[in-house]
Amino acid sequence: MHGKTAVTVNRPPAEVYQYWHDFAHLADFMTNVGSVEDRGGGRWHWRSKARDEEVAEWDIEIVTDEAAVIAWRSVAGSDVASEGTVRFAPAPGDRGTEVVVEVDYQSSEPKVASLVKKLRGDEPGMQLKEDLRRFKQVLEAGEVLRSDGSPEGPDSWRLLHQRPARPLSDAELDELGALR
Amino acid sequence: MRANCWMGVNEVEVQEVPDPKILNRRDAIIRITSSAICGSDLHLYDGYVPTMKEGDVLGHEFMGEVVEVGSGVDNLQIGDRVVVPFPIACGHCLACEREEYSLCENSNPNAELAERMWGNSPCGIFGYSHMLGGFAGGQAEYVRVPFADIGPLKIENDLPDEQVLFLSDILPTGYMGAEMCDIQPGDVVAVWGAGPVGQLAMASARLLGAEEVIAIDHVDFRLAMAERQVGATPINLDQTDVREELLELTGGRGPDACIDAVGMEADHGTGPIAAYDRVKQALRAETDRPHALRQAITSCRNGGTVSVIGVYGGFLDKFPMGAVVNRSLTIKSGQCHVHRYMRPLLDHIEQGRIDPSFIVTHRLPLEETPAGYDTFKHKENECVKVVLQP
Repeated sequence: MHGKTAVTVNRPPAEVYQYWHDFAHLADFMTNVGSVEDRGGGRWHWRSKARDEEVAEWDIEIVTDEAAVIAWRSVAGSDVASEGTVRFAPAPGDRGTEVVVEVDYQSSEPKVASLVKKLRGDEPGMQLKEDLRRFKQVLEAGEVLRSDGSPEGPDSWRLLHQRPARPLSDAELDELGALR
Repeated sequence: MRANCWMGVNEVEVQEVPDPKILNRRDAIIRITSSAICGSDLHLYDGYVPTMKEGDVLGHEFMGEVVEVGSGVDNLQIGDRVVVPFPIACGHCLACEREEYSLCENSNPNAELAERMWGNSPCGIFGYSHMLGGFAGGQAEYVRVPFADIGPLKIENDLPDEQVLFLSDILPTGYMGAEMCDIQPGDVVAVWGAGPVGQLAMASARLLGAEEVIAIDHVDFRLAMAERQVGATPINLDQTDVREELLELTGGRGPDACIDAVGMEADHGTGPIAAYDRVKQALRAETDRPHALRQAITSCRNGGTVSVIGVYGGFLDKFPMGAVVNRSLTIKSGQCHVHRYMRPLLDHIEQGRIDPSFIVTHRLPLEETPAGYDTFKHKENECVKVVLQP
């Protein structure tokens, strides 16, 4: 399944590239990615975020790494077959950087099929769009903004399952522990 | 803490809710000393704004004392007295850099919902639906303020709350409405709606040099307030033909600028078109009743400006676009970019050039907020503006 989306980030292209270039940062703004570890030699180990399901793990290798584009794909034999490309182009008139991301996730293993669905979000491209909002927030505002209705910040599932706009209880805060 | 919560159409209730906590590094927690009920809160109360949820804490006009700051806030100290702007703005996106704070690109976590309704998303707003972020509001004892290093304005004088509280929304909103009119010497400015925002738009038009200000409403005590406080010429729309009267007052030209400070729930107007709007809005076949806006457009002089600061949420019927095109009218609008106006307007208040506290008619403890909504909605007891004190 395929997702493609674009966002303009009000920072210079070199800075935006540099941030993405360290794939460990992806876990800071991709909702369903728990961690990305550097395994050296252009390889990174991804773990999905455990919510109520099993954690999927897979390795990716960098295929292209230039100032204007980074491309990656999962190594042969992974449970999750994924590939992605991110392009960075200067926006006209000093408006920052246009970032275009394309991601594909696939799985032949039934047990991880639901995880793949989770990674994609319920609608193809929708979770990717929310993730890019978070990416923009991290680079421009310094952090992902949380609200009472959406304590995780932009998130495709939460959009349709809003909490009331009232402060979280201590129990809810504990549950979302990583937030604080 | 105690907080005023939206519980359904025509139903608000003061309830016990958890105290707000710091959720982001750039947050501050404010202990509220004064908040207010805004005319736009009545659109929530009346059920015309989608994506409200039972239990939402309302209120976007508030001020108070800083009691806690996140690690990313270095310009505020505990104990600082601040007024908080209603739009939540990050200060670093392209919109914020252009000082278009109500269009902040990073402050609405639920931007997707707003995009589906409006094509793109504005900023997040305190206590104003989930489509605009799902942020708890300030009709409460405490409130969490995101991006507190950018928004709150420190008040370092002894002016009472009532003189500075309205820097949070309605004074800048009224001022921006007048500023959008690009007032030139000799200009006549007509303002539809003599509620709190209309009153302050009229006062701002005066401040910006309008020759004459005309107030259009059908509530006598509000027209009287505009006449008394701002020196406006009142027109009671129930008693006269507004357009004819405006032409008479302007030598047949029409007002140079018309400000719509009414918005989506105009109860102006009689006759078939007003009935049509009421029925369509009640059936949710039309989201807004734009009677004031239609009249502002048709009354404006050729080449004039129509400034829209009343809140509209969705789609209008019978919009007189022909008048706009053929008479070269300019329509300007926007949720107020409050941050841009707070400091200069505070200066005007400190220098005594404007005192917005004249609109306050009712002061209530927080516990009586539901009665305040009811009184404000029905304009009982000559109500213009309700201020709440926890």
